[in-house]
Amino acid sequence: MNKIINIPDFTQTVTVDQVGVEERCARFATRSIKKEAKVQGLKMVLNMIDLTTLEGKDTEGKVKQMCYKATHLHDVLPGLPTTAAVCVYPSMVKTAKEALKGSHVKVASVATAFPSGQSSTEIKVADTRYAVDNGADEIDMVISRGEFLKGNYNFVFDEIALIKETCGKARLKVIFETGELSTLDNVRKASEIAMYAGADFIKTSTGKISPAATMPVTLVMLEAIRDFYYKTGIMVGMKPAGGISNAKTALHYLVMLKETLGASWLNNHWYRFGASSLANDVLMQIMKETTGVYQGVDYFSKD
Amino acid sequence: MARVKVLKTYKIYIGGAFPRTESGRYYPLYNNNKDLIANICLSSRKDFRNAVVAARAAFGGWSSRAAFNRSQIMYRMGEMLETRKQQFIEELLMQGANAKSAEQEFNNAVDRLIYYAGWCDKYQQIFGTINPVASSHFNFSVPEPTGVVSIMADENSSLIGLIDAIAPVIAGGNTCVVLASESKPLCAVTFAEVINSSDVPGGVINILTGKKDELHSYFSNHMDVNAVVYYGNNTTMIKSIQENATNNVKRVFIYNQKRENPEEFQNPFYILDTQEIKTTWHPIENIGVGGAKY
Repeated sequence: MNKIINIPDFTQTVTVDQVGVEERCARFATRSIKKEAKVQGLKMVLNMIDLTTLEGKDTEGKVKQMCYKATHLHDVLPGLPTTAAVCVYPSMVKTAKEALKGSHVKVASVATAFPSGQSSTEIKVADTRYAVDNGADEIDMVISRGEFLKGNYNFVFDEIALIKETCGKARLKVIFETGELSTLDNVRKASEIAMYAGADFIKTSTGKISPAATMPVTLVMLEAIRDFYYKTGIMVGMKPAGGISNAKTALHYLVMLKETLGASWLNNHWYRFGASSLANDVLMQIMKETTGVYQGVDYFSKD
Repeated sequence: MARVKVLKTYKIYIGGAFPRTESGRYYPLYNNNKDLIANICLSSRKDFRNAVVAARAAFGGWSSRAAFNRSQIMYRMGEMLETRKQQFIEELLMQGANAKSAEQEFNNAVDRLIYYAGWCDKYQQIFGTINPVASSHFNFSVPEPTGVVSIMADENSSLIGLIDAIAPVIAGGNTCVVLASESKPLCAVTFAEVINSSDVPGGVINILTGKKDELHSYFSNHMDVNAVVYYGNNTTMIKSIQENATNNVKRVFIYNQKRENPEEFQNPFYILDTQEIKTTWHPIENIGVGGAKY
């Protein structure tokens, strides 16, 4: 499929109406989802989670334990899905891959000098190759925010394109770290640059900076995906990450997804949540719906 | 021109803030002459859920705080309560007390806080033990707070019943969610204002108003609650509380003593009720027949 896509002038991207975006987001949060629909939605959320551990103190043991959690969310309750993927540092890819053998759970690895992205292009490519060679199914790269804010859009574009090439069959998620981009206009611009450069997913944040994923930022990115799809016919996935820690908020994100991109994006091939503590809150809500009793964290595995 | 009356909105107290109930419901409260005194929040199970989240979040900080500091804070509560004497007595009168009993009840309430403030840094010494064991271990047991305690306060008392319910629980380092008397809730809400201005961290004490009938099952079956305390003698409710509490083996305490003796609830054993005993085996040098070698 060698379709020719014209690359637009990134200095001319559409601007975003911030007040409008915020009002629209406030309305998503008023939708009331109860009973069976809620349980179904929550199971969908579980199935979209990239269970994440990105800490300096990560060990093989911790990663193995998290992989077990990804495939056995809460064995007391039969019929639960697995998470979509686990997300780890490149050095842990091999361990994760081994631990998840035989399951459908993917291994995503951050790369390109995550989380700051402050390194040379050669090192970023090497970092990516290391993760891919170890068996990563997905690569989560960070863009060079410094270059982006300087207005050096070509640099950002080229870097993404280069990493995409390095990824081979692995799907590429591009992290903007929206907390550092400061305006919604910039978020929109970054989204377009990444999608035209070949991103399979666009992702809000590393989880290392606050604010991480917010509803307005996610909405702007979803709308960019929609416009890109209308223009080119190419679907791009979305991954809000960081800061989504309770089930209710996650459901609101799904409402936003459904109402912005429609049902074809409502699966873990096109939508992910990057989270470490969300899974347990969702499990507690599902248990509450099943048993009628409010749950306590003591009865759920931590990792 | 007649001045328009400014009436106080009686709200609930969760995590150090005064929200209205999330359900938007209320019930009217009348005095003995059938005059409307106030509209009171009719809390829902979701308010309780939110309060437990707040209490759980506050537990780590409150339980690990120096006992002496907990004591200071409880003493401060007593001081702050004392400065509002007039207001509390007025509310007690509105809810059917006579002048003498109202003042008596208020004074007892302040004294009770001071009493339990004193116990904060002493009960562990009194109830902790050093245990003689046959092996070469230094073996000791100390009481430690159990966690989040849900409390259904005495229906027949507006102020002292509330203080009796809260003071021993928090003196022992627990955090709590309290359901105030349904028919006499005014002092509970005003007491929340006292708590709010006495350096008590948000979430340590959470106060709801509403119906025991509706809420007792949630107070007793929530998996994140470690102990449930009930004041009263409704046998069907007691049975249901006891049954519900089995799901995560909560501690259950039913107090149905009459309040004739004002010092009925002034006793450090009430602190011990919501404590867990931790025993530590500390290895030491063998101190057998040869005698101690240190």
